Amino acid sequence: MGLILLIVIWLITFVSTYFFVAKTWWLPVGASAAAASIDHHFTTTFILMGVVFVAAQVALGYLVWSYRDRGTASKVAYSHGNTSLEIVWTVLTTVLFVGMNLASSSIWASERFRAAEANSVQVEVTGMQFAWYFRYPGPDGKFGATKPELEDASAGGEAALGLDTKDPASKDDVVTGTMVVPVNREIEVILRAHDVIHSFFIPTMRFKQDAVPGLAIHMHFTPIQTGEYEILCAELCGLGHYKMHGMLKVVSQEEFDKWLAAREAEKQ
Amino acid sequence: MATHEFAAQESHAHPGPQGFIRKWVFSLDHKVIGLQYYFLALAAVFVGMFLSLLMRIHLVAPTAILPFLGDIKPETYLTLVTMHGTIMVFFVLTTAPQGGFGNYFLPIQIGAPDMAFPVLNMLSFWTTFLGFIVMLAAFFVAGGAPLHGWTGYAPLSALQSSGPGEGLGADLWIISIAIFCIGALMGALNFITTTLDMRAKGMTMMRMPLTVWAWFVTAILGLLAFGVLLSAGILLLMDRNLGTSFFVPLVTINGQLTGHKGGSPLLWQHLFWFFGHPEVYIAILPAMGMCSQLLSVFSRKPIFGYKAMVYAILAIGLLGFMVWGHHMFMSGMSPYTAFAFSIMTMGIGVPSAIKTFNWLGTLMRGRIRFTSPMLFAIGFVSLFVSGGISGPFLAQPVLDIQLHDTYFVPGHFHLIMGVASIFGIFAATYYWFPKMFGRMMNESMARWHFWFSFIGTYAIFMPMHYLGMAGMPRRYSQMTEVSYLNGLIPLQKFITYAAFVTIAGQLIFLVNLFWSMFKGKQASDNPWEATTLEWTTATPPPHDNFGGRTPVVYNGPYEYSVPGAPRDYVMQTDPEIKPAH
Repeated sequence: MGLILLIVIWLITFVSTYFFVAKTWWLPVGASAAAASIDHHFTTTFILMGVVFVAAQVALGYLVWSYRDRGTASKVAYSHGNTSLEIVWTVLTTVLFVGMNLASSSIWASERFRAAEANSVQVEVTGMQFAWYFRYPGPDGKFGATKPELEDASAGGEAALGLDTKDPASKDDVVTGTMVVPVNREIEVILRAHDVIHSFFIPTMRFKQDAVPGLAIHMHFTPIQTGEYEILCAELCGLGHYKMHGMLKVVSQEEFDKWLAAREAEKQ
Repeated sequence: MATHEFAAQESHAHPGPQGFIRKWVFSLDHKVIGLQYYFLALAAVFVGMFLSLLMRIHLVAPTAILPFLGDIKPETYLTLVTMHGTIMVFFVLTTAPQGGFGNYFLPIQIGAPDMAFPVLNMLSFWTTFLGFIVMLAAFFVAGGAPLHGWTGYAPLSALQSSGPGEGLGADLWIISIAIFCIGALMGALNFITTTLDMRAKGMTMMRMPLTVWAWFVTAILGLLAFGVLLSAGILLLMDRNLGTSFFVPLVTINGQLTGHKGGSPLLWQHLFWFFGHPEVYIAILPAMGMCSQLLSVFSRKPIFGYKAMVYAILAIGLLGFMVWGHHMFMSGMSPYTAFAFSIMTMGIGVPSAIKTFNWLGTLMRGRIRFTSPMLFAIGFVSLFVSGGISGPFLAQPVLDIQLHDTYFVPGHFHLIMGVASIFGIFAATYYWFPKMFGRMMNESMARWHFWFSFIGTYAIFMPMHYLGMAGMPRRYSQMTEVSYLNGLIPLQKFITYAAFVTIAGQLIFLVNLFWSMFKGKQASDNPWEATTLEWTTATPPPHDNFGGRTPVVYNGPYEYSVPGAPRDYVMQTDPEIKPAH
């Protein structure tokens, strides 16, 4: 029985580890400025934890086989433990766990402690059951007022957001169902939600943040590769949660300017 | 049991009640109440498992028409998610290890004739039972059971109009949890008082088996955590039905104003996780105690580092209340607090690692007997390591950005707080069954059950980590709407097949349980040659546990293979040993 346990525990360990190491299923491509450092820290954590995982499982399998009851041949060591060993592994795990954490804190700080740069591209992202809407402030750089009582979800676009057309600042606001941004510029997203909590998740940008009703949450990310990327909702928001997705189009600055100008022209 | 020393006290044996109702229904006997909790959890686990099977079928065949049930709609899928989680966490993982085995064996293991408050004990069971009935009732009301997930995040859970199931079903869900909290609070008080005041002579705190330590600390966690959840639940009910706005700001559903304003959705999350994180330890601590106990018994060796184990349980209990924010890194909570919660969370990994080291240290240089309880204890260690190792990924906010609310999370918590705890329950069942029913369980059926469960668990939950890394969000009823998720369907299919096989393996357990109750081999009073007090008394134990006598304790709980002792185990009631080190 000891031998079977050893074989099964080791097999499970090696098969599980194989699929991680072979990257059969791995993080999606990273297309934002932060992705490289996040992925690097992911790999570091993965290697450290992977070593601990394999070592512990291999040890477990070996011990249950090696110390199986072999009748009189088995000599049991009568021992209640070893205090110095306890201290050694307490210190080692503390250093490992806390060290790993401190190593990642600077990435977290640059992602979340710092406000977006002044010249970043502002996009307001609003989640509602079960769609994402994106609003650009237009040439005036100001978002017009919205009013809950003006909302008309079935009409979509500006009406869905409840844009107050009497507010002068709203005249040049552009509302879209696809998020278009220029490459290599910092994007400031202002996250809002109308009804319940949604979560704005762009796997390729290594970006996720809940959109909470009642709050306007300011976040930023910098796309570094042009292309089209999926936007998902990551927080359970109701029956249509699984189909609440959108597209992020990262384009060159010229294309972005042209696209935004065209939307402005459509509006006038 | 003439071989064991008992205090020379006059006999004050109590005859047990004779009528069926007083003996088996409204019983005051902690052993009967323990069994009642156990069978309640057994019923609940099969309901919860059935729901998970439906989820697995729907995920890989969203348009399938099931016999008797018809098609599963996306909202029905979310109902399954919600009820599976709620039933498993409350009525299985909290009920069986603590209410079931804790009730039955804590008093016996400390040498007490019963719990400190037998009537309160009965009330806590029947309160919990009522909670379960109310929970099931949510399936049958108009609109059905709620779809807001077991975490019930507001405003989704706070607004009747936010989705199907968010009407009466959601009210019943909250009421059920509130009732459960009341039962759990009464139980916690009883456990704490019993442990502190009812220990037999010589049973010092540092001679208590680690199972007792685990139940004791679990009870303290329960006392502090369930009160908060109860209050939060009442506030949520008020938001839903009385027009208050604790958790709901000004929101519109489908463009319609709801009349709420000024509340905070994050407040619910703070209150919920202030309960919810300690709840993880409420589920796993008894299994840890069980595992420590069994590794020592079946390695025929004292537990490695008893004191370190006790301090680790206490540290986990204390730190468990300081880490709730790690569920909220992406919630909009201040990123500075995320930093603090993250450090505390990595800190709680330290006592967990100490326990793992000590379990390995216990096995080392022992003489391991591969009994069925031992197999599950070894399986527990393996699962605990595998589930624990993914913790430091999620505990670092910067990695949580990508992994939060993906399948990585259910992969992680199912291994560690789900199945590892269940392995503790299985180990306890195989270990204590002879004491509870006077018969042994069938070993070969138990071994088949172990292999199905152990390999099956890995086959189900390890691939969930891969899905999570690839960006598969949780609680998606279909993968067909997002292009890259289509590529992950084969892996989901594999998980579904694995779930079918593993669940089939659980039927072996069910058959073994009931078959052995009537047909199992007769058990002796101490079939495992273990040292703790439950093995000094008759099988099954008499109404007052020790037949009118009170045991006196002279030894620690894990004296195996003591040099110079006549047998390879020294009972806690044997004359005090002075081993030559």
